[in-house]
Formats: sequence, structure tokens, C-alpha cells
Amino acid sequence: MLDSQNKTLRVISILILFLIMLPLVLVIVTSFGNQASISLPIHGFTFEWYKNVFAQPDFIAGFKMSLLVALIASLAALVVGIPAVYALTRFKLRHSSWLQSFFLSPALIPEIVIGFSLYQTAVITMKLPLLLSLIIGHFLLCVPYVIRLITASMLLLDPHIEEAAWICGSSPKKTFFVIVLPNIKTSIIAAFMMCFINSFNNIPISLFLNGPELNMLPTAILNYLQNNYDPTVSAISVMLMIFTALIMFVVEKVLGINELTR
Amino acid sequence: MRKSSAFWLILPALLGVLLFVFYPLFQIALPTFHSGSANIFSLYEKFLSENYNLQVIGRTILIAIITTIITLVLSFPAALWIARQKKFLKSLLSLLILFPMLTNAVVRNFAWIIILGKDGVINEILLSLHIISSPLNILYTNTSIIIGSIYLFLPIMIMSLIGSVSELNLEVEEAAAVLGARPLVSLIKIIIPQLTTGILTGCILVFAGTMTAYTTPQILGGNRHLVMSTLIYQQAMTLGNWTNASVIAIILIIISALTMLLMGRVMKKIDRRAINA
Repeated sequence: MLDSQNKTLRVISILILFLIMLPLVLVIVTSFGNQASISLPIHGFTFEWYKNVFAQPDFIAGFKMSLLVALIASLAALVVGIPAVYALTRFKLRHSSWLQSFFLSPALIPEIVIGFSLYQTAVITMKLPLLLSLIIGHFLLCVPYVIRLITASMLLLDPHIEEAAWICGSSPKKTFFVIVLPNIKTSIIAAFMMCFINSFNNIPISLFLNGPELNMLPTAILNYLQNNYDPTVSAISVMLMIFTALIMFVVEKVLGINELTR
Repeated sequence: MRKSSAFWLILPALLGVLLFVFYPLFQIALPTFHSGSANIFSLYEKFLSENYNLQVIGRTILIAIITTIITLVLSFPAALWIARQKKFLKSLLSLLILFPMLTNAVVRNFAWIIILGKDGVINEILLSLHIISSPLNILYTNTSIIIGSIYLFLPIMIMSLIGSVSELNLEVEEAAAVLGARPLVSLIKIIIPQLTTGILTGCILVFAGTMTAYTTPQILGGNRHLVMSTLIYQQAMTLGNWTNASVIAIILIIISALTMLLMGRVMKKIDRRAINA
């Protein structure tokens, strides 16, 4: 009954896939409507709302800031996470599975709580600059992805290859950079992409750690949406969808999208 | 390699998580255990004795449960079908599902404002068909939060089910058919039991995700339908009541941790039964 040819199953599945895409299609359609508030069906066609996106300083500044924070946080998570994964998978440590769960734990704590507690500790108690605290928050968001994805591919990499390199006189450090890193390259890219996308899209953590000079794109859109209801939001949404599609295209070209869902 | 070098490799990550996850949690948890009075749980008792707060907690859990069930029901056929397509079609469909998953939550919730709003798509259609005479209030209700959450987590559930359907052994199903099992019997007795781990994993992800989500209840629930996460933000940033916010945060963590623990127990039990059988 559950073979790929089952008709009922096919109809239901296509209907569900259709339902998944429909809301996004509606957003795209409304972005071209020429009325001052969002309505469907649209009357007339205009690019005015796309122009209006660029007239919003919060959106432009937010985009730059989100890009910057996502890049730094993802890279930091890789720089800190990869050595930890290496140690956990290559040294026979006593508490390695315990440590593994420890590093995955930020993913189990509600993001809103991470944002709230980090605001109290980093900003209020430690008096760290807001931008640094924000990057730390996003870094915490990224760490579990790095640990999970890279552990998976480290476990697949035969340790004997490294031993062979040591026997041939390569130092552990050199072996790591010449042998290990190139072999886990695809999972590093996958982890980076997951970190980047999740950090770029994050709202709960960014909400607590923002300020007058520090607005992220998603929170800027949220603010705009609270005060206005016009197709500018549709237009910026379409731009974000194109941004997502571009990232997916690059990932697909570099490593095949299945890497991301492992 | 010497084991001492492992220490230095792990140290930065260890310090990062300790200093910025566990220490802050400790810092917000400490003041919630009221040290002045004999009963250290007095703040919790006070919080839980207020009807409004119980309402918010109840709403949060109810939304999460309904969302999880509906998501599972909707995802199941899609996952069964997609997992068994030829490689090319399968990755194409996975791309289609991943796309919304990687699109910003603001965008995805905004789409539902367009659909559910007073002059949204649904009301326009119902009005023009003369099924209703005045627009329905769907937006800013528990229903709209549930719809938005289902939409948000459908891709995640489908992806986690596809993973476990792909591992299914088709021959067992064929054997059942040869032995005369009707399709529905085979589905209930053969297929679903093999998928339990995938189903439970998906349910944990969706339940915990919905419980702790902020953006969806914020955009689709408005100020009158608060859930725990939006209540935390409101108490902390709008009202400046940090202790109260911390109390909710701790309760939220406890509820989601308990659920995960419970589901994990169930999963282990089922695994053991499968091995013993």
C-alpha cells in the first residue's frame, strides 16, 4: 500500500506540499500590489514597495548588522567547536559522552531564556558591550550545530589515516591541518551554513540584546510590522526568500543539500 | 598524543558554554528561590496561585500538544510518499520542504497574517461566497497561533519522518502482504511500530519547539494571547519585573526538560521491546 505509486498517498502529499508553498506564494503576490495596505487579489502592479525597502534605514542597517553578527558568530563557533569535537572523538576521554551532551545543551534551552539570562549576565553584571553580548548569544546558538554535524563526520574518518601521517613524521598539528581538516571539509561548510542561516534568522536572542544602534534585520521587520501593514513587508520578505534560495543554491552546488539535513 | 592536550582543545568551548549558558541560568535561577522566608519556593507558589499565570501555562501546553498531533497527522502521508520516490524527485521535494524551513520565521508568520486577517484571504473568500456575513476573527487567537506553529514545524516533522521511513525494510511489508495482511493492517501493525523512534523524535522537536517559540505567538497571538515565552519578554522588558520573568523561565525549562525526559524514557522502552521481541 505504501509503495511510491499509491494514488491516495500521492494526492494527499502533493496537497500538503502545495499548502507548504502557498503562503509564501501569497506573500510574493502581495509584494507587487499597488494599494497602500495588503490585499488580495491585487489591483495593478508596482515595484514601489521594493523601492520603499531601500528607503528604510532600519532595514539596511539591520541587514548589515545581521550579516556581520551571523558571520562572526558562525566562524567563532567553528573555531571553538572543531578542536573540542576533535578531542572528544580522538582521545579516549572518560566523560566524552557527558561532555558531548554538555556542548549540545544550548540547543535544549529555550532561546528566549538564553537571551534573557545572557542580557542579565553579560550586559548588566559583566558590563560587556552590547554587540559583543549579541555575538556571544548567536555563538551559543551555533555551537550545537557545529558539534553535531562535525562529530558525525569525524566518526566516519578513519583514525588510522592520521596514525599513518604521524608514522611518516608529520606532527599532530600538521596532520590536523593537512589530513583531518580537508577530509571533514563538507561538514564544516554544512555546519557553517546552518549556523549562518539560524543566526541570521534569529529573533528571541536578538530581541534582548538590541539597542538604538544595534538593530538586526528580523527584529527591524518585526518592529515595522507592529506599526505598519503595507506591502513593504511583503517586498522585504521576498528579498529574504531570494537570499535563502541563493544560500541553498550555493550549498547544493558545493555539497548537495542532503548534507544539511543529516 | 598526550591526553593533556585534549584538555586545552576542549577548554574554550567548555568555558564558553559554562560562562554564557550555565552561569547566566544560575544567575537568574538564584533570586527565584526566596531566601528571606522559610519557604524557598514561595515565589513559585505565589506565581502559580494566580489564575492568569495558570491560564498562560495551560495555553502554552495546549497549543504545543495540538500542534504536535496535527503536525504528525499531516506529515505522515507526505513523509511516506516522499521517502519512497526516486532519488532525483526525492531530493527535489526535500529542497521544497527545506526552503520554508530556512526562511525567516517573521516571513512565514507574516504570510499567515495575510491569510487569516480581517481582510485576509480566508475572510475574502468566505464573504464573497456569502458563507459568512461579517469577517471572522481568526487572527490573534489561540487558533492562529496553532496554525502558524503547525506551518512552522511541518517541514521539521516531515524531514525527521523521511529519515526513519528511508530506513524501513520494504521486504517486511511485502512479506506481510504475501501472508495476506491488508494494507491498513500492515500500516498499523508493521510500519508504524518500526517508525516509533522517528515519530517520537519528530514529536519532541515539535512539542519543545512550539512550547518555547517566541516569534509565532508574538506575531499571530497578539498581546491578549500570551504564552510563556511572550510572557517572559513582557515581564522582563515591558514591566521590568525580572524575578517574575525568571520564575517563568525556570518553569518553562522544567516543563520542556520533563517532556523530553519522558519521551526519551518511552523511546528507550520501545527500543528494548524491539530488541527483545
